[in-house]
Amino acid sequence: MQWRRSLAAGFGLLVFFAFWEALPRLGWVNPILMPAPSALPSAFLKEWRSGIWLESVEMSLSHYVVGLGVGIVLGVALGILVGMSNTAEALTGWVVRLLRPIPGLAWVPFAIIWFGVNTEAAVFIIAIGVFWIVFFAANGAVRAVDRDLIEVAQAFGFTSPWSRLTKIVFPASLPGILVGVRTSLGQAWMAVVASEIFGVPGVGQRMMQASSLLSTDLVVVYMLTMAALYGLFDTGFMATQHWLLRWKP
Amino acid sequence: MINIENLSVVFERDGQRNTVLQNLNLVIPDGEFLAIVGPSGVGKSTLLRVLAGLAKPGTGSAHLPAPAPGRQSVALVFQDARLLPWRRVIANVAFGLERLGLKRADRLAKAQAMLDLVGLGDLATRWPHQLSGGQRQRVALARALAVEPDILLMDEPFSALDAVSREGLQDELVRIWQTTGKTILFVTHDIAEAAHVASRIIMLGGTPGRVVAERLAGEPHPRLRQGPDSAELTAKLRADFWTEDFSI
Repeated sequence: MQWRRSLAAGFGLLVFFAFWEALPRLGWVNPILMPAPSALPSAFLKEWRSGIWLESVEMSLSHYVVGLGVGIVLGVALGILVGMSNTAEALTGWVVRLLRPIPGLAWVPFAIIWFGVNTEAAVFIIAIGVFWIVFFAANGAVRAVDRDLIEVAQAFGFTSPWSRLTKIVFPASLPGILVGVRTSLGQAWMAVVASEIFGVPGVGQRMMQASSLLSTDLVVVYMLTMAALYGLFDTGFMATQHWLLRWKP
Repeated sequence: MINIENLSVVFERDGQRNTVLQNLNLVIPDGEFLAIVGPSGVGKSTLLRVLAGLAKPGTGSAHLPAPAPGRQSVALVFQDARLLPWRRVIANVAFGLERLGLKRADRLAKAQAMLDLVGLGDLATRWPHQLSGGQRQRVALARALAVEPDILLMDEPFSALDAVSREGLQDELVRIWQTTGKTILFVTHDIAEAAHVASRIIMLGGTPGRVVAERLAGEPHPRLRQGPDSAELTAKLRADFWTEDFSI
């Protein structure tokens, strides 16, 4: 049955591309407004040969990875701290309620004022979005840790908060944290493209340049590039997650 | 030797004071296998939790021997195995050793030896979810034994198991007790189980809990299950229980 499903999925994709190809070919849509898939390989090859594609992808990936890294590290660290300490929770309660509803993109003006239109600004925007997702995931996961297991650590003399964290709280909350991290993978891509549309060099900026020159085939090439890069990261993440949580039934 | 003097434990919840144990006096000599029986809520588990350092005594005191270096003086086995699901079986057994300053290789060697002792030497690299309930409880027992405690505290350790696993583990525990000479405090609500494994049995009863009866089990191990001696002891304990006036 597995191969029949794959076959059906492949067939669906084929129909999708055929329909898309037919639209401009049959003159239903202006090819400038919607380039046919058959026009994409040559557009991609041209972009590849000029070296711009690789350069843009490298820029975007560096924003993505650094922004994700900063957001995840801060989100996990503060989420765990606030989850473990009632004092920290009380202190941050209203600050969190105030800052959390502000969308990551609403920070764009300050990102530009503080950092300029550059890598730091992009990292800042990406990290904010990632931070909140991971912060709440970590916080919730820590609060849900089985008290009985913490008692086991106590019974074996692990009484300091640090040993409680490393022996029980962190490994026990890892599944919940990883759920948040996976959500943030998609969120961070949106932030990458958004910050680059505001002018930070990368695939988003290159896409806007192509669009202003009405090179719509190039716009589609970059859209598919984003889909492929996200798919790559998500697949890699899923494999890592599967390995990290191999202890789960 | 464990010396418990005038121990009272009071829990406060929602402003209500709830006395769980009152003026408990108990001396437990080294190497004794003491079973503590009694109805639910009488403070059996609380007594073990105080001895394990998980609960504070209200008044009175509980004196335990000081731990030798590289060892832990008491270790607790819970009713549910409470293995850490993200650790393989052998790493679960080595858990308590990580605090005691042993090298990794020594920890693993010791953990393997304990797994062999409880008959699970072949399952060292399994994950806890791959084990049966009885196997999980054996791993929990190995984890407690690994820190070489003088005193083993067991809180209804076999009550969640099926009858066959339970009886197997009872006999195995007696064998381990005989070979290691540890002091065991074994809490159970099953009078027949207490009569089968222990060398002395005390019964807690009343609210707040206190010692209402005490019996010595003279018969040497291995004991026959439902043999005449066990049956007689069980009957006596039942009689102790039902003649005691708990209405206070």
